[in-house]
Amino acid sequence: MAEGSRPAEVRVPAPQGLTIDATLVAQGLLNGVLFGGVFSLMAVGLTLIFGVMRVVNFAHGDMMVWGMYLAWLMATRAGLDPYLGFVVCAAALFGLGFAVQRTLVQRIVDAPHEMQILLMLGVALVLENTALLVFGPEPQRVRSALAQSTVWLGPLFVDVARLIAFGVAALLAALLWLFLFRTDLGRSIRAAADNAYGALVIGTDVRRVYAVAFGVGAACVGAAGALVSPLLPFQPPTGLQLSVASFNIVIIGGMGSLVGAFVGGVLVAVAESLGAVFLRPSLKELVSFSLLVLILLFRPAGIFGRRAP
Amino acid sequence: MTRVAVVAAVIVLVALPLAPSLFGSYAVTLFTLIFFYAFLGQAWNIVGGYAGQLSAGHAAFLGIGAYTAAVLSVEKGLTPWIGMFVGGALAALLGALVGFLGFRFGLRGFYFVLLTVAFAEICRIVASNTEAIGGAVGYYITFTGDPRQLQFQDARAYYYLALVLMLAVTALVGVLERGRFGVYLSAIREDESASEALGVDTFRYKMLAMVLSSFLTGIGGAFYAFYVFSLQPASVFGIPLSVEIIIRAIVGGAGTVLGPILGSFILSPLAELARYYFAQSGWHGAHLVVYGLLLIAVVLFLPEGAYPRLARLVRRRVAGAA
Repeated sequence: MAEGSRPAEVRVPAPQGLTIDATLVAQGLLNGVLFGGVFSLMAVGLTLIFGVMRVVNFAHGDMMVWGMYLAWLMATRAGLDPYLGFVVCAAALFGLGFAVQRTLVQRIVDAPHEMQILLMLGVALVLENTALLVFGPEPQRVRSALAQSTVWLGPLFVDVARLIAFGVAALLAALLWLFLFRTDLGRSIRAAADNAYGALVIGTDVRRVYAVAFGVGAACVGAAGALVSPLLPFQPPTGLQLSVASFNIVIIGGMGSLVGAFVGGVLVAVAESLGAVFLRPSLKELVSFSLLVLILLFRPAGIFGRRAP
Repeated sequence: MTRVAVVAAVIVLVALPLAPSLFGSYAVTLFTLIFFYAFLGQAWNIVGGYAGQLSAGHAAFLGIGAYTAAVLSVEKGLTPWIGMFVGGALAALLGALVGFLGFRFGLRGFYFVLLTVAFAEICRIVASNTEAIGGAVGYYITFTGDPRQLQFQDARAYYYLALVLMLAVTALVGVLERGRFGVYLSAIREDESASEALGVDTFRYKMLAMVLSSFLTGIGGAFYAFYVFSLQPASVFGIPLSVEIIIRAIVGGAGTVLGPILGSFILSPLAELARYYFAQSGWHGAHLVVYGLLLIAVVLFLPEGAYPRLARLVRRRVAGAA
């Protein structure tokens, strides 16, 4: 998912045999780490929603694609750079997440898993195909004035757009941490995640906390979408790939673990970035699905997961 | 209730076989699709409905059955009448692999869904990258109209074939439901640990359900190949097709014999009309939006599906009339 930045050097397929340039690998590593910030932000949203109400947001990638299209709309219609527009995207997706939780998810929080999965599949279908109806199937990419420059760091170049995306993602993650650990509402969210019944007993409005948590999770992925929109061409089906990437990350990191989502995000982004150096793009997709199968089989609890599924 | 059952049986055994002579060609096509998707929904129902193992990757089995029968027929001249069983067997092999991994490693709920989706997507990507079977462009069968090659000039032949498929698998599911196998599957769905504690070999029965379901879906794939005559990885292995299969069983009533059939009678005409009108207006994806909304509505308001609700209504009416 990290392919598509302008400089041609990275995309040159590696020569056959073992003569792969160390610079190329280092460059892939650097790009991956920078991209990882955005991936982490995306996965934090998913893990937050799961951690609090044990519902897997199957529509996560589709929400991200909506964040990208919003950024695209603002850039093309109002000339707003996505590196400023991400605030609007986050706010809009917060509203979407809040509404989806209030109207739909709240009704099935205690339902069997199958029902939750089917409901979220329904939401994913609606979001993806509404995007298809509204924006069409053509791939889009947002132009950003900031994405036009690179900084050289010895033999490596640093994409300014990636650098900004990483910085903003890290900043948002820090803000999220402050929100969760330093505000009353954030503490309520963590309390409800730990023990919803206990939180209810001590007077927490658990329904509101759930809706806010879903909104914050959606806002994270919306912001991530805007931040990545100049780097990654997207179309409605991209949502599924992003969902799979999110699932990969949160399962590696451990479902519901915030730290795990951060580490997992960087790991998966680096893996995909290195994959882009060595593999054809179509095979790269194969790698991420195979990775998903392997993780599911051998480490379903993840690295930081507290319990097995 | 028995009177209702008799009426239903008469409709199925007399009216449906006679119907094509009265229908226009569009109605024949529509009913062929209704029967075919009812067949697929019923095949899914075995593992997804009765055993409660939510597979969201059944398109993989259909795709394997379709490609196998088509390639064997075109490249080797093997008649699809045999090729469909080869395709079914290969699909069952993949079903066994997915089932083994999923059940042996104890993946449940969300994790099992992801596993099935991942396998279907892997199949799609591999098929798209295999030039020998047409790659992403797809694989095409030249129409010869030779019945020995499962090709018919007369659209009614497909109608009857689909009808037979639907009735056969429904009879099979009806028999299984009443037997030990069906009871075990329902027990696993309702409470897996409890049935395990009572001595049900849950792994074995889940595997059997998965293998049977994927085998039947693979056979459906052969029908698809020789009805449509072109196979694209994105459409035969894609997630939308898996959704088409699942949604019929869920809307009609998963884990009931007549649910998938009812679901197909409700959804297939809807999907066809929607596709027809929306495609004319250039509204791609509109029918999937409708599916999404339906899925949400069913989960929220009709979680058991339409058939159990309908059956209760009919029973009450009959009881009221008597």
